[in-house]
Order: sequence, then structure tokens, then C-alpha cells
Amino acid sequence: MKSLKQLALGAIAAAALLGPTWSTDALAGSHSKKETIKVGVLHSLSGTMAISETTLKDVMLMLIEEQNKKGGLLGRKLEAVVVDPASNWPLFAEKARELISKSKVDAVFGCWTSVSRKSVLPVFKELNNILFYPVQYEGEESERNVFYTGAAPNQQAIPAVDYLMSEDGGSVKRWVLAGTDYVYPRTTNKILKAYLLAKGVKEEDIMVNYTPFGHADWQTIVASIKKFASEGKKTGVVSTINGDANVPFYKELANQGIKAEDIPVVAFSVGEEELAGIDTKPLVGHLAAWNYFQSVDAPGNAAFIKKWKAFTKDAKRVSNDPMEAHYIGFKMWVKAVEKAGTTDTDKVIDALVGIEVPNLTGGISVMAKNHHITKPVLIGEIQDDGQFDVVWKTKGLVAGDAWSDFLPGSKDLISDWTKPVSCGNYNTKDKKCLGAAMAK
Amino acid sequence: MQRLITFFTCLFFLTVPVMSAKAQPVSNEPAPNGEATTNGAASELSAPKQELPALVEELKGKSTTKKIETIRAIAATKSMRAGPILEAYLNGKLFKKKTDGTIVIIQKDGQGLLLSDPYSGKSLGTSPKNKYKKIRVNNRLRGVIRSVLGSLQLRHPDRLKRLTAAAAMFKSHNPKSIPFLRSALKAETDEDVKKRMREALAAAQLSGTNAQAQMLAIKVLENRGDKPALTLLQSATRQGASAEVKERAETAVRRIEKTLAYWEIGQTIFYGLSLGSVLLLAAIGLDITFGVMGVINMAHGEMIMIGAYTTFVVQEVIRTTAPALFDISLLIALPLAFMIAGSIGVAMERGIIRFLYGRPLETLLATWGISLVLQQAVRSIFGPTNQEVGNPSWMSGSFELGQLVITNNRLWIMLFALAVLFALMAVLKYTSFGLRMRAVTQNRSMAGSMGIRTGWVDALTFGLGSGVAGIAGVALSQIDNVSPNLGQAYIVDSFMVVVFGGVGNLWGTLVGAVTLGVFNKFLEPAVGAVLGKILVLVLIILFIQKRPRGLFAQKGRTVEQ
Amino acid sequence: MRNSFLIKTLDKNSVLFLTILAIIAVLVPVANLVVPPESPFHLSTYWVVLLGKYLCYALLALAVDLVWGFAGILTLGHGAFFALGGYAMGMYLMRQIGARGVYGNPDLPDFMVFLNWSELPWFWRGFDMFPFAMLMVLFVPGLLAFAFGWFAFRSRVTGVYLSIITQALTYALMLAFFRNNMGFGGNNGLTDFKDILGFNLQSDATRSGLFVATVIALMLAFILSRAIIKSRFGKVLIGVRDAESRTRFLGYRVENYKLFVWTVSAMIAGVAGALYVPQVGIINPSEFAPANSIETVIWVAVGGRGTLIGPVIGAVLVNFAKTWFTGVLPEVWLFALGALFIFTTIFLPKGILGLLAKKNKKPKPAKPSDKPQPQPAE
Repeated sequence: MKSLKQLALGAIAAAALLGPTWSTDALAGSHSKKETIKVGVLHSLSGTMAISETTLKDVMLMLIEEQNKKGGLLGRKLEAVVVDPASNWPLFAEKARELISKSKVDAVFGCWTSVSRKSVLPVFKELNNILFYPVQYEGEESERNVFYTGAAPNQQAIPAVDYLMSEDGGSVKRWVLAGTDYVYPRTTNKILKAYLLAKGVKEEDIMVNYTPFGHADWQTIVASIKKFASEGKKTGVVSTINGDANVPFYKELANQGIKAEDIPVVAFSVGEEELAGIDTKPLVGHLAAWNYFQSVDAPGNAAFIKKWKAFTKDAKRVSNDPMEAHYIGFKMWVKAVEKAGTTDTDKVIDALVGIEVPNLTGGISVMAKNHHITKPVLIGEIQDDGQFDVVWKTKGLVAGDAWSDFLPGSKDLISDWTKPVSCGNYNTKDKKCLGAAMAK
Repeated sequence: MQRLITFFTCLFFLTVPVMSAKAQPVSNEPAPNGEATTNGAASELSAPKQELPALVEELKGKSTTKKIETIRAIAATKSMRAGPILEAYLNGKLFKKKTDGTIVIIQKDGQGLLLSDPYSGKSLGTSPKNKYKKIRVNNRLRGVIRSVLGSLQLRHPDRLKRLTAAAAMFKSHNPKSIPFLRSALKAETDEDVKKRMREALAAAQLSGTNAQAQMLAIKVLENRGDKPALTLLQSATRQGASAEVKERAETAVRRIEKTLAYWEIGQTIFYGLSLGSVLLLAAIGLDITFGVMGVINMAHGEMIMIGAYTTFVVQEVIRTTAPALFDISLLIALPLAFMIAGSIGVAMERGIIRFLYGRPLETLLATWGISLVLQQAVRSIFGPTNQEVGNPSWMSGSFELGQLVITNNRLWIMLFALAVLFALMAVLKYTSFGLRMRAVTQNRSMAGSMGIRTGWVDALTFGLGSGVAGIAGVALSQIDNVSPNLGQAYIVDSFMVVVFGGVGNLWGTLVGAVTLGVFNKFLEPAVGAVLGKILVLVLIILFIQKRPRGLFAQKGRTVEQ
Repeated sequence: MRNSFLIKTLDKNSVLFLTILAIIAVLVPVANLVVPPESPFHLSTYWVVLLGKYLCYALLALAVDLVWGFAGILTLGHGAFFALGGYAMGMYLMRQIGARGVYGNPDLPDFMVFLNWSELPWFWRGFDMFPFAMLMVLFVPGLLAFAFGWFAFRSRVTGVYLSIITQALTYALMLAFFRNNMGFGGNNGLTDFKDILGFNLQSDATRSGLFVATVIALMLAFILSRAIIKSRFGKVLIGVRDAESRTRFLGYRVENYKLFVWTVSAMIAGVAGALYVPQVGIINPSEFAPANSIETVIWVAVGGRGTLIGPVIGAVLVNFAKTWFTGVLPEVWLFALGALFIFTTIFLPKGILGLLAKKNKKPKPAKPSDKPQPQPAE
């Protein structure tokens, strides 16, 4: 009987370790003959980030379906490959590898947090594939395999501060920079602080505050903002508070009676989706800076929203900025593949630079040499129906700057992925490409 | 051009009373011979009036600076409609027709829009959306409108409006408004309003240049003694009209600062108690399922989540069917949440957990599995995004108690948490179910042989714990996200509280939650929110070393199992 | 035989288990590197990385089983030791990047340049040397476990109280490492590694090398654990698990037994973390999350607590299920995973291995098992 036990044990262990590997590999092999063009969708559908990312998965499915209705791409149908990295950063890397080497996708649309992007970066570089990253981020990065369709700090933070400093914004003289303690708020606040100091704001008129992820009890912090604001000068709050923490933050603001005309709060991570969870009546007048709002009155946008609501079969579904980023990114990729006549990674990467696509706010966005796109910057006021009303916008489109001019480490760096530079972090002073971000 | 003239005329007439006020001996009581005007609004004085419609048309323009002039001019028309129009503008209810630019006031009504004429106030019927465009207002304009409305509404028949107006006047503390305030004060009968007006007058006087008036103003502000008063006094220490004034202001500042420091401690205690009550609510159900029954209930957080989603569903139904009931939506949600979460709890116990008694550590595994399933179920049904749960009117806003700012929702949650705790204690102590429950947890086989159906008592106990978690969810939906992750946010904290307080002891849970809450809130200003939380965790670890069975340790043979 | 005082470290099952591991250690690299890609027996790099990751988790599960299965300490915070080991390795890998970072700074890792740090903090010193880093992989988790255990076991903190404070420990560390001021890269953690001991981390050969190292580490940890539990020391440990007070009354210093095995287990977890980081390419504070530690306990329970082999199988199986479900059922996979956990608890109370043992026992109920039957400790 012992032998039976051993046999069973061995079989289980062997099956666990080896069985699935070969069988699934063999399955994957059958896909080598390509009939469809595969597009990877790498967004968390469970875990903490599902709240934001699930919508982006839906928008990708809609865009792909729409493209297929138009006859697909290069005469072939598109096929979405959806996986769930479950808000787990190492799992992001694993799933990226699965998409590229097992499912053989030609491009991936995905990631939300910076850490998920950092986690998949080596995989995209190693396996040479394309990632479209749709969320506003801290900058200080430019990779050959990544196309950043969200805003860089200069496309969101700095114009927002300019607005608050202007007469219309309330001539703010005193600043609270409140954020969640991670890299995006840290960097953005660093850039903003340098910018404010350069504009003549005094050190003691800037208060920086960091809170943990998912911070739920805002009583003390809101009270300290109130106190800081009562010192006489007009005070504004720049919020880089992330995700879930925003709802209790705004609820506390409303309950402590902070009105927008007294202390305006401008947020960089609060969009239509986040507001959907709050009663916005007490918050009217607080601001957000984005590159897109659902309320923007443009023909392209109206059509997009109509399609989106039809696709999700939900008349209440809202659209937001990262969705527009995916929209632009997808259209750009389609155009680039058409231009290159192939889905070959290198050719598509080269073709993508310079591609122009109409965005949803009535302008034409261009993919720049540094793999960031041009975008308008809009400042919107929160309305009582959970939407934003644009109160200010930049004259034209702003080009995304990968390397901030306000950080000492990166002020001499530029990114240019076209020949002859072909480098993500090129030092203009020493005229050399730093580190290992060199093109292949 | 005409507009400019109006503006300057207004300006001129506005300054006249100020000058006369300066010449007069100033006191806080209305001046005996009631200088300059008998009516509050500047409009009384303006000679060349401009037509209201023409001015309102100008609000369609782009430049904010010009709009500010227009707003002042509208106020100066003395028209009865100036107030309502400005109020509508302030609240974003002034619209223009997209086709011909006609200006209307729009009230939103469920389906369509209720239009009314701004100049007559008459109703113009309803209209579908998207035919009208909002006339844009921004924060700078809102500030101006509020202060202009203040001067317009100082003598409004509605007492609340007058209070708001006085507050707005206090905030703008413009010396030019002294005469209006004074005449309004004279006519005022309500004591509260009078007090506010006197303070507004003092604030305006302090910003003026009359040293004598300033001395009196300082006294009034000192009595008010809050943060805005302090700010005004602080600026007086620098800009006071005479050295004497500056000195007097400084004494006042010192005195206020001293009392405010005490109030601040009180405020921190309130914050701590409030955080403690949230922790208590989150942990209280766990004290039954984990503390009394010994099930390491990882699905506890999901019971809270279910309670919160019940509230959401109740509110959705109310919104579409009976909006008038919205204010009692939470009261409707409470029993429903208790029943839904409770019956899920009973089902869990009967279906899964009862097979695991005697193996408590494995309940961890099963309940973890249940928690995953429940999370995903909610995500599949309601979607992954946040759902809106509104605050009923009695739970929003705040009031002041001395210098304490008490937010209504926090106060209610505190009271509610205590109510739940005492109700639960009463159930355990005075009902026959409570007696059976205690009997079963203390000695299962003996209880069984006395004829108690231990299986059913287990199921009901688990249901009770889950139900209590459900009603906690109703309360927590008022201050936190309602999303599938809601439960996960509370599970770690809940276990900490229960263990810190001593497993299976409701008093321990109360004391534990409040201690952790207050401790956290005193640490937070000193070291920041993140470090504060870390220190609290370290404290718990160290505390358990000192008292390995928590604050209120269970004694007796049942302890060592 | 079971009465023999001789230490019988390895029984037949153990030998079989080690043999299978050895075969895998040879087979996987060969299938990946030698077998041509066209062959059906070729194993893609994707699977090498994945299997490496699973086996790191298996090593962690083994560590948890050592304390939970044999000393009755239900730890909900072993992820802390795993992550600390990972961070020690990550710091070494960061220092290996040198001037190849995006800012080209030879002394400071990118995130420090990014946050304007002017010099390397003191606790980063020495991590450019591999032996030092490896020492730290063992030392840091070991020291933390020793300090924590010293106080906790001496104070006789037991049962759920101990479980919850281990959870508090890992939760506090998670919050601490999230802070950017700590100097460990905050939320983004450590990433963008280039090479280890001069070998390029992106090359297939290095990956296979790391895989083999993981298998060897797992084998060694298994032998070590067997040696501990089969010794006289191990017998006392089981006594502690089953009746702590009684063992104490018999004159054993219970806390010392617990402390030793607890510290060893933390060091094994640290090694698992150190092997994990170069294979997945990132270490980040979310590894400290209490949920991760709870999951580890679940792997052990699924595989079979107190068996050492079971947890390894449990870890691999559950993680394989996760990989598979998130790929084929991205929308609803949590249902499947949750159901798996519930099913295992109710129908396989002793885990997968317990099921096998039971089937074997049926024909000959008289024969006592030569392996200690795990009893729940409370």
C-alpha cells in the first residue's frame, strides 16, 4: 500500500509542477498561425484598483468591437485578450509575460498605478512589445516600448496652480499640498513646490501633508487645513489624494463646511468616476484639472458618450479622462499599424511618432518623439450633478514633458526616440544617453 | 460707458456715508441720530438707475472683472428682483437659451427643468434639458455675490437669511458697510442676529481707521474669541490705528490663543472619540462571531459591506419611488441590513461553519473563501465602482459648541455605536436567547443536555454577529466609500480592537476602540497620519506582551483551551 | 521504528519528494535551454519564471508549516519576513545597477535621485557586496523574529492573540515601507534590476540558474525542517503544540523551543523572499500586506498542515489555480478561488496530503501512521 501512496503522491506532485506546463504550452503553440490581431488588456478587475481599472477594460472592449465593425485592421479582425492582474504588482509582470509570450498579443493597453507600470516595464523591454499607459503620472520616465497617453505633470499640475494664482481662480497666496504618500504625489508636490517658490511664494505659505493609502479619517487633516487657511491670506488646496481616500475626504470637507470660494480644492485624481460615489451638492465650485471632462461640448465627445452608454447598457455610466487616453491611444495604434502595414513591434513604434488623432475635446493630439502626447489642459468645477464644468482651458494643446524642468536631477534631460538621438534620457549638457535606456 | 458711470456713481455714494461715519463719534450701539441713511442698501442713494435686464444680460460676458462690476450694479438697482437673481446666479441656476440667449432661472425637477422669468419671478413652464446653457460662475464671483447679497439681505424678513448676511458681512469686513450694519442693527429685534451683526460691525470697524472704534471692536471680537476673530485681531496688531490699539489687540490675541489651545484639546478628543466609535462599530459584530464563538471570521468585513450596499439599494428605491422619505432612508435600511446580513450569517453558519467547530483555525480558511466570494458577488451585481450613498439632511453639516466644531454625522455615529453596544449587552444579559447563548459558549455539552438546541443557538449567534456588522455598515456608508473593497478596509482594524480589548468582552471592545481612537488622534498632529498609525500598531504589540489576553482578560477555566 | 531514539530524518516519502524536486531541477533548465523551441517538450521562459515564483511561495509555505504545523504558532505575519528578505536582495540588486539607472548616477539608486537625496543612507551601506547582502537576507528577518519572539513567547502570548499581533507586525511594516522617507522607494519599491553576480537577469540561463537555486534552497530547507522535527527537540515541539501547559509543567522551557523554531522559520522565509525578488523583478511594500500572509496560511492548509510536503504542494497548486483562473476567468475567478478554499476546508480537513494518507490507511486501519497526526492547537 505504501507504493500506492507514493505513486499517488508522485503523480500529484508531478502533475502540479509539470503537467499543466506542457499541456498549456502545446495549446499556446496552436496559436502561432495568426488569424486575428490580438490586443492585450491588462487592467485589474479585482482587488483595490478594480474600482478604477474595470472601466478601462470595458472601454477597450468597446473600441475593439467598434473597430471590428469597421472591418478590423489590415483586413484582419481584432481580438481582445483580457486578463486580471488583481491589483497585485508582481502578478502584473506575470500577466504581461503571459499576454506577450503565450497569447502573442501585438500591443497591450493597461496599468493604472505607477508601480504596476514599473513592474511590467522590464517585461515589455525584454520581449519587445508595446504598452499604452493611459493615466496621469509623475513623469521622469520615457521608455521605447511605452506610450504615455495620460498627462505628465506639466500637462496637469502646473496649469492648475497657474489658474488658482490668477484673479479668476481667486488669487491664491497660500498653498496646501495634500497627497497620498506615494511617488506620484511626492513628485508632483516637489515640482509644484519648486514652481511656487520660483513664483515668489514663501516657504511658510506652503504646507505639505501626506496620508496613507485608503486613509478614511480626515477630521484632523481637514481641521488643520482650515486652521492653516485662517491666517489671513487666500488659501488653496492642491490635492493629489488617491483613489478610495477621496470619498471620505470630500465628505469631511462638506461636513466641516469648507466652501469652494473660501478654500478651493483642486484635485488631480478626482474625476467623474470618483464623484459618482459622493453627493456633490456641498462641493460645488471645488476644482479638478484634467485633459478631458465628460461635460466638454464637442461633437466627437457626444458621439463617444452615446456609444459608451449604449455599450455598457447603463445610461448613468460616466466617462473620464483615462478613458479618453485609451481612446486616443487606441486610435493612434490603429493608425500606426495601418501606416506601417504590419503589426511588427519595431515598425509600429517608429510609425507611432508623429501620428495625429482627433481627441474628444475638439483638438488634434499628436504623439511626440518622447512618446508622450499633446493635450489640452482643462480646469473644471464640480457641479451639483457630479459632473464638471470647464472654467478655464489652455489656449492650445500642451506637449507632455517626460523630464520635469523643476527637478534638479532631470532638468537637463530630454527624451527623443527618433534617430539620431534614440534615447529616453538624453543629457543635453553632456550630450550623452544615460543609463541603459538605449534603443536596441 | 454707461455702465462705468453707474459704477463710479455707486462708488461715490458708497463712500459718502463712510466719511460721515468717520466724523461721528462711534459707538457699538446705533448712533443716536442715525446718520446718512435709513435703509441698508446702497441702492437707496444711487441716482441714475440702470435697467435690471440690461445688466443681467451682461453676465453672459467673459471677463470676470467686468462681471463683478455688473453684480455690484445689479445690487445697486434696488430692484426687488436683484436678490433672487443674484442668488440664482450664485447657485448656478441662471441659464441662457442656446438659440436666442434669453435668460431664465431654472430649477431642476426630476425629469425636466422648471423655468421662471428672472425679472418677474413668474413660471415659464418646463423644458427638456440641453436647450439651455448655464451662465458661468466661478469662485471669485461667488465670493463677491455672497458679500453683495449680504448687504442686500441684512434686512430680509427671513431670520436665517439675515444671519447668513451678517456672517457674509463679517467675512468681508469692509469698512464701507459700517452704516448699513448700523442701521440694520437698529432695526433688528432678534438677539442672535443682533449679536452676529454687532460682530460684523466690529470686524468692519477694526478694518477701518478710527482708533476709538477699533478699541471697542477689539472687545467685541475678543468676546467672540474664535479663529476668524483671532485672524482679524492679529492683523490689527500690525495695522491698528494707534499704538494703544495695537497693544490692546495683542492682549486680546494672547487671551484668545490661550483659550483656543484648550478648545483644541477638546476638539482632538472629539475626533478621537469619533474615530473610536467607528472602530467600535466595525469591531462590535466581530466580538460576537470571533470573541464569543471563536470563529476567526474573515468575512466580517463583507458583512459590513453588505450593510452599506443595503443602504445604497434602499436609497435608490426611495429616490425613484418616494423621494420624500429620503431623510428616513437610514432608518428603513437599519432593520433590512440587519436581516440581510444576519440571514447570510445564519446561512454561512449552517452551510459551512458548523462543520468546523473544534477546528477554529480552519474557520479562517473557509471564511476567507466566503469573503472572496461575497466581494466578487457584489462586484458582479453592482459593478466595481463606488456607489453613492447620500447623507440625509439631519446627518450633514456641522454645528458649533463653544469653539468645538461638531459634525452631525460623526455625532450621530457616536450615539449610534453606543446604542448598538448597549442594545447588544441587553440582549445578552436579559433575554432568554442571550442566556442560552452564554450557556452554549460556556459549556456546550452541559447546555445541550439541559435541552438547549445548541446548533440553532450557534446559528442565531452567528446571525446576530453578522447582523450587527450589517447595521454597522449602514452607519459607515455615511462616512466612507461604498465599494466592494469596503470590508477589507476594516477587517484588520476590527481584529486589532477586539484583541486589544480582550476577546469576548463587549466592555473591552468599547474601551479598546475608544483608547485606540483617541490615542491615534493625539499622535496624528504630532507625527503625521502614517507614523501615527504605525505607532498605534506598535503600541498594540507591546501592550499584548504586558497583558497577553487583552485589556479585559477572560478568567477561569475556559481560557486555557 | 517509531520508538527508536535514532533520528530518522528522512522517510520514504521525503526521499521521493526530494527526488522529484531534483528531477525538476534538472529537467526544467534542460527543457528550457537545450530543447529547441519547436519541440513539443520545450518549456518557455514564461513557465520557468512562473515555476520559480511558485517554488519561492512553496518555500515560504514550508516555513509557515514549520511553526504552525509543529509548534502550533498560527502566524499571520510571515509575509513580513519574506518581504524583508526580498528587500535585502532587492537592495543588493539596486546597487548592482550602478550608473545604468535613468539618471546615470553611479552612487544613488534612481528613486533617491528623484527625491533629491544627496547621499546613500547608512542602512544601504554594504549592500553592494553579495555576501553581505546574503547575510542580511538571513540576519534581518532572523533578528526581527528573534526580538519579536523573545518578548511574545516569554509573555506567553498564545493563540489568536499571537496571530493578531503577528498581523499587526506585518501591517505596521507595510505602512512603514510605504513611507517614502524610509529610503526604500515607497510604494514603487525596488525595481528595474539589471544583473545578479554579473549575470544578466533577462537572460534565460540566469533564469534557469535562479530556478535551480530555488529548488536547491527548497530541498535544503526541507531537509533542515525534517531534521528539526525528527530530533528530540522536534518531539518536544510537538508536545508544545498539543499541550503547551503540560509540556511546561514537565519542566521544558517552552519559550526557548518556540523561539528557536520561530527564528529558523523566519530565516527560511527570508531566503524565499530573496529568491523571489530577482525572479519577479520587483519588491514593493504590498508584499507585507496582511492578506498575503493569510494566503500563505491557506496554502499550508490546502496542502496539509504539519506534513512539510503538503504545504509545498498546496502553494504550487493554489498559485497555479490563481494563474490559470485570472487568465481564463478574469471576471469571476474569485468565485472559483473562494469556492476552492471552502471546499478544501469542509471536505479535505487535513489537506490534499491528508486525503491521500486516509485512502492509504483504509485497507489496514490497524497500522499506525509513522508520521505525527496534526491536531489543531488552540
